[in-house]
Order: sequence, then structure tokens, then C-alpha cells
Amino acid sequence: MTSRELPVQVLRPRTGFARLGLRELWTYRELLGFMTWRIILVRYKQTLLGVAWAGLQPLLLMVVLSLFFGSFAKKAGVPGPIFFFAGLVPWTFFANSITQSSNSLVGNANLISKVYFPRLAAPISAVLATLVDFVIAFAILVGMMGWYGIAPRWAALPVIPALALLTFVTALGVGLWLSALNVAYRDVQYVVPFLVQLGLFASGVAFAPQTISEPWRTLLGINPMTGVIEGFRWALLGTHARIGPMLGVSIGVSVLLLVSGIVYFRQMERTFADVV
Amino acid sequence: MSSNGTSAISVRGLGKQYRIGGQMPAFPTLRDAVARRLRGRRRESSRRELIWALREVSFDVQPGEALGIIGANGAGKTTLLKILSRITDPSTGEAIVRGRAGSLLEVGTGFHPELTGRENIYLNGAILGMRRHEINSKFEEIVSFAGVERFIDTPVKRYSSGMYVRLAFAVAAHLDADILLVDEVLSVGDFGFQRRSLGKMQEQTQSEGRTVLFVSHNLGAIKTLTTRCLWLEQGHVRGLGPTEEVFRDYVLSHAASGGGTTDLTDLSVGRARKALAHTLSFARMELLDGRGSIAETHLEGEILTIRFLIRAHSPLGGRQLQIRCRVSTVDGILLFSAVSDPQPIDIAPGLYETSVTLDPNPLAAGTYSIGLYMLTMGDETVDLGQDLLPSAATFRIEANPTTETYMGEQAGLVRVEGQWGTLAPANPLEILAAPPR
Repeated sequence: MTSRELPVQVLRPRTGFARLGLRELWTYRELLGFMTWRIILVRYKQTLLGVAWAGLQPLLLMVVLSLFFGSFAKKAGVPGPIFFFAGLVPWTFFANSITQSSNSLVGNANLISKVYFPRLAAPISAVLATLVDFVIAFAILVGMMGWYGIAPRWAALPVIPALALLTFVTALGVGLWLSALNVAYRDVQYVVPFLVQLGLFASGVAFAPQTISEPWRTLLGINPMTGVIEGFRWALLGTHARIGPMLGVSIGVSVLLLVSGIVYFRQMERTFADVV
Repeated sequence: MSSNGTSAISVRGLGKQYRIGGQMPAFPTLRDAVARRLRGRRRESSRRELIWALREVSFDVQPGEALGIIGANGAGKTTLLKILSRITDPSTGEAIVRGRAGSLLEVGTGFHPELTGRENIYLNGAILGMRRHEINSKFEEIVSFAGVERFIDTPVKRYSSGMYVRLAFAVAAHLDADILLVDEVLSVGDFGFQRRSLGKMQEQTQSEGRTVLFVSHNLGAIKTLTTRCLWLEQGHVRGLGPTEEVFRDYVLSHAASGGGTTDLTDLSVGRARKALAHTLSFARMELLDGRGSIAETHLEGEILTIRFLIRAHSPLGGRQLQIRCRVSTVDGILLFSAVSDPQPIDIAPGLYETSVTLDPNPLAAGTYSIGLYMLTMGDETVDLGQDLLPSAATFRIEANPTTETYMGEQAGLVRVEGQWGTLAPANPLEILAAPPR
């Protein structure tokens, strides 16, 4: 028959610690691309404003925050709208990512019970698809900075992609936990909107962390998104000089979330098709 | 023959255990999990019922071989395919799969109604495991196989159900894998397309040396496509061997005939599971002889009437009803289908009755199996089937001592009584016109 080497698959009950399976994920990268592409294609179908929603969501929140929390922005010495928007761009990316990815397995239940693919592809593609919205919102942010005549901290510009990556890692870490939990416990669907609302205030979108008093400030710092948001403001708007320690905590917490998320996900993955 | 080193698939002692029972809510909540942990796990596990969907299953499939898998609902056929295609893990045993496996547990997995035909081809292809360049090179072929050239850039939610299924199947039929795991996908779509798809699959098994595992309730399809057959019953292997032999045992054991009357009310018995509407279902089938009495055994050459009770579970109107009654030998050879003309229906829930009479009855002495299929259709669309019993019952035809004219000659599968002329002298003019050699 065929002379080429056939791949051999041994299927037996899996026990013990799961491997990360990143290599297999790489061989399925095309599917990952197609799944991301599908989410992007479908997301704004049959909406009037289409992809404009990617910018409108943070813009509307910006208006609300400017109206009610304008005084917090003044303390940072930046015009209110731009102060809030710079925080809302990474925050919206994070919030939409965890909302989408937490539902990525349950929403694809049919796919999971009918075909094999590395299950990690579902939450990853959900976060990747949200990245597109982030880029659009970021472009609007750049436009607004031009409008207000604010020049970024040029030396800090290379940090921006790194900060975006950090947001991605954080969102994926949380998304992995939530999506795997959601398969067995649908409570997650009710927890996520609450987390997102709470997070808007618990991650320093509405105010600069250094303007609040001590026990709360440290507590806020543990939230990895606080460091990311402050990082964005630092690089773009030139606020708050000492960003290092806060970012260090963010990186640590994010990596912890991602690694533990993958391990938990891979562990639970064995029963996804039976439970979902 | 079944040495481990060369088989495309070799399965040893495979088992899969599921948890069922009233104690587990459909969607366990976090509160339950916490409460369970507080109460202690031991008590909980003893109250849960564990069932084996698959138990101690072992078999081998050689490269290029097509293996049919038959069995009643819940016998474990789909579970077996799910394990082999890596969707779920086995609980015990192991399976070794050599080659790239593609699974078709349903057609159109991952199709999105908002996306166009073109977009769905790429998406569905990728989900089935095809590479982008593979899809590119087969794109034209897929589109023309499905016959949707004009609608390729239309969202599939605007497709008729027939077009949708054809497109979905066309992608699947072009999947290039060493091993194909197919679950009953042929039970959808119109009959002509089913035939074409079967042809396409058969062509690929024979010419490309592909290994195929094929689950179906369509015994004819299994017979056409496979040479060996695995019969599962309640998770165990009940039969494994040449398709003809396994079939015979299956059909004879499967259809329990109660003296000419077969109760069909239990929807979980004998049905093809997939894609049936079940707004209408067969409730009972009776075999009547020429005098109108119910019997399991009938005489050769005598009128045979098959009477159906049909239950309508909810009101149904504006549709046409068609019933197809397929008579096969126990070897699975389809002898004929008695197909009713589509008739308009507008009915309330309740029991309805209809019948088909075979007059003349062409069946020679032997044992036969009746398969029933009922479908409704609109003016232009073919609906999904309403009810499908691949083998609803068996019955016997006995040689008729009073009309025995064969004098030892085998009747064959059907009795055809030709109108014979009497022996007369040949006409010399006709012989001159066309001389015998």
C-alpha cells in the first residue's frame, strides 16, 4: 500500500499528570487559525454598526467614567477621557477575552463531542479573536492622543507590545480556568459578568492606584490587570514614574495563572466530551 | 491475520464506563460539588449507577478493509467510534490506530449558518483535519459534487435543507484520511444523493486502499460497503465475521416477531437514532393473509397485506406523507420497496391506520425481513425522516402445496409466473428471414 511512515496512535485510559501538549497544538495551528477566523467573521454579522462596536464599547464606558470619576483623573494630571480610555483599551480586551473564552467549550459542545482537536484551541482562539478588537480600540486611542496633543514616552514604546502580550497571557490564564470549570459547573456563566463588573473598579481603570490608601493599594496590585493598565498609562501618557514593582507582580501572577490554567485544563480535558 | 504489527486498527479489551442515574443532576453546580465534598465522597459514589457502554471489545481491522458495525441503539457503536477518533478516552483496555484517522460522526460539524458555503467548506474541512492546501485543491470538486455552484457565496442559513446536507457531505466525502470512521451519516439527505455518496465512499475504499469503519442502520449500505462486520450488543461483541454471516444472525435474532403482530411503540427500540423527527412514528405492524387473519407464516403465492398503525404525536399539516416498506432477505439483499405515493396530510394527534397489499405476492418460500421508513415532505423540500426501522420484523413464506408447480426447480428469490404459450409448429417464413445458427 503506502510506503510512507504512518502515524501511530495508542489510545488507552490516561492517568496521572497531563502533559502540556503544546507540540500537538502547534501541528493543529491551521485549525486554530480557522477557529479564530470563524469567531471574527461571525461576531459582528447582522449588526448595524458592525466592527465599530470594537471601539464603541470602551468609548461609551469612557464617557460614563469621565462623568462620574473625572476628579480621579485630574490627580494624575491627564485629561479625563484619555486617562480612562488608556485604561479601558486593555481592560476591554481582558474582559471580552475572559467572557468569550469561558464560554468557548460549552458554546462548542457539539464540536467537542463530534470531532477530535486539541481542546486548548477553543479558549485560545477566543482570546486571539478578541485581539482584533484590541487593535482597533488601540488605533482609536492613538487618534485621541493626537487630538489632545499628548506625545507618548518614546523610549517606552517597545514596552507596548509586551504589555499587550501580558494582557493576552493573563486573559488566557483566567480563560483556561473558567472554560474548564464551566464544562462541569455552569455557575461560571453567572460569575463571569460579575467578575467583569467588579474588575472595572478593582483594576484601577477608574482611578490611579497611587491615589488610594494603603491596604487597598496592595490588594489592587495583586490583580495582574492593575499593573498592565498602569503600564499602558505610563508608556503612553507619561504618568506615574515607578512602574517596575507593580509590573513585576503582574508578570508573576499572570504566568502563574497561565501555567496553572493549562495544567488544570489538560487534567479536566479527559472528561470534556462526556460531561459537556 | 490479526497480528498486531500490521493491522490498521487493533483493539484489545476496550471498555468505556459512564455514570448515569437520578442522583446526578444534568448540570452539576458548584454548590453540589462543595456539598458532596463536605458530606464525604464514599456515600455519594455508592448511590451513583455506573454502566458499561462498551465492555471487553477486541478486534482487528486490516489496512484497506471496510468493517461494518451494527447493533441496536445503545449497543456502544458510537462510543466505539468516539474512542477510536480520540474524542473520549477509554476506561479500560487499549486501541492502536495506525494512520491518519478522520471521523465523520455527523455531517456539517462546525457549520455556521451565518457563514457562506465557501467559508463553511474551509472551516468544516479544517475541523475534519484537512490542511488548507488540501481544501484548496479539492474545492472545485467539492462544490460540484454538492451541486451548489450558484450559491457558494450565500450564507448557508439561506440554503434548503437538502443543499445544506449535500454540501456538508461533499466536504466529508473528500476527506483524505488513511482511516475513516463513519457514523450513520448516510441516514440524512435525499435518496439519490445517498446513493451517490455511497458510491463515492465505495470508490475510495476500493481504489485508494483506505480503511473504513462504518456504523449504519441502513443494512443495505453496510452490505454494499463492507466485507466484514462487527455486531455489538449492550457493549459486548456479539458477532464478528463475514458481513453475510453476521447479518443473518443479526436479522434473525433482532426482529422478535410475535405471531404476525409487531409492537413498535417503544421509540428506543430498533430505530435508527439520528435525524428523525418522530412527529409520526410506527406503533404497530401486522401481517395479514388473503382471508384477513393475522399470521407470521404465509403461503407462497397468496396475497399478503401489511397493516400499519401510526401514531401522530403532535398535529401535522401542509405536508405530504410517504411510507416505504422494504422487503429484504435475511442476508440483507433488498428485494423490493413498496413505496406509497405521497399523500397530503393534515392530522391531529392520535392513531392512524394504513396498509399495503402485495397482490400478486412475488415472494418465494423463505424468511424475510421488513424495514419501514416514513417521511414527510413539503412541495419542494424533503424533510428529515419521521421514523425509520431498518428491520422492524421478520416473517416466513412457506412453499404452497396446492400451487406447487416447480417440480423440484428452485424458485429463486422471487416468483414470477410467466404467461406461456402452447407448443406449436414453427413458421418456416420467419425462420428464413432470420435463420437459426
